[in-house]
Amino acid sequence: MATPARGFTREQRTTIVYGILGFVVVLVVLQLWLLTATMNAFLGGDRAVVLPAALVSTGCLALNAGLLRYLRRLERAATRAPAR
Amino acid sequence: MSDAVDPRIDSPGREGLTGTARSSVYEPAAEREQITLPPDGRPDSAQPAWRGDFPVDWPADQYVARRDFTRFLVLTSLAFTVGQWWIAAQQWWRERRGLLPLKRIARLDDVAPGSVLTFAYPGENDPCFLVRRRDGTLLAYGQKCTHLSCAVIPDPDRGVIRCPCHEGLFDLGSGRPIAGPPPRPLPRVTLEVRRGEVYATGIEERTV
Repeated sequence: MATPARGFTREQRTTIVYGILGFVVVLVVLQLWLLTATMNAFLGGDRAVVLPAALVSTGCLALNAGLLRYLRRLERAATRAPAR
Repeated sequence: MSDAVDPRIDSPGREGLTGTARSSVYEPAAEREQITLPPDGRPDSAQPAWRGDFPVDWPADQYVARRDFTRFLVLTSLAFTVGQWWIAAQQWWRERRGLLPLKRIARLDDVAPGSVLTFAYPGENDPCFLVRRRDGTLLAYGQKCTHLSCAVIPDPDRGVIRCPCHEGLFDLGSGRPIAGPPPRPLPRVTLEVRRGEVYATGIEERTV
């Protein structure tokens, strides 16, 4: 993700963090469902879903980590920028 | 005050706003960012990193709380991913183990019709039970309930397997759950009778 060109105000960053939080909550709930469904399938002897589910979960983690990294970059940019 | 109040009714851009104050008479409002200043008076960029995690005013606190909750959720996401790969590792381990061994359970004559015999298969910590129904058919299942692993109790006369912990009920003929919380059928142990001896040959796990 690109580094923001200028520092956002804290209010703007709060709005952004709300948006990111919304995405992350949805992805984490998806991962929880995926984990329980995979565990149920695995214990029931259905092994075909295990690897695809692990890959999808890893993708969700990568997306979440990317959003968190973007948030960190926003903060750094805001700290570097003069007070607004 | 007389300078502040605009008595004219036709001032450009302020038509009809007679008797109100021009905006220029007020002090410019401070930005929320500037409400709280660090104790040492230095700019934010010169502050130690930890000070950003302990805000004083509400807007900053709200921001930090949401940001930290997001961090916590990302950590949770990591835990779920580790769980997924742990399942994948378990699967790999099972596939590597290959076919289950053949194991002698009992002599057929020692299992009377309507009786139940417990045994361990494939490992010593995998309890199973063998049932010989009144009609002579042999059935064997894993003894751990698929709900919370309590030991289930077969009742050949009623044709059910009961879990005493949460009143789960399985059908004896198929091992499928018929009442209560168990989500899956009991794993079925495949059997073979050779020269009057009963052998366990494998385990059949099912989701429905």
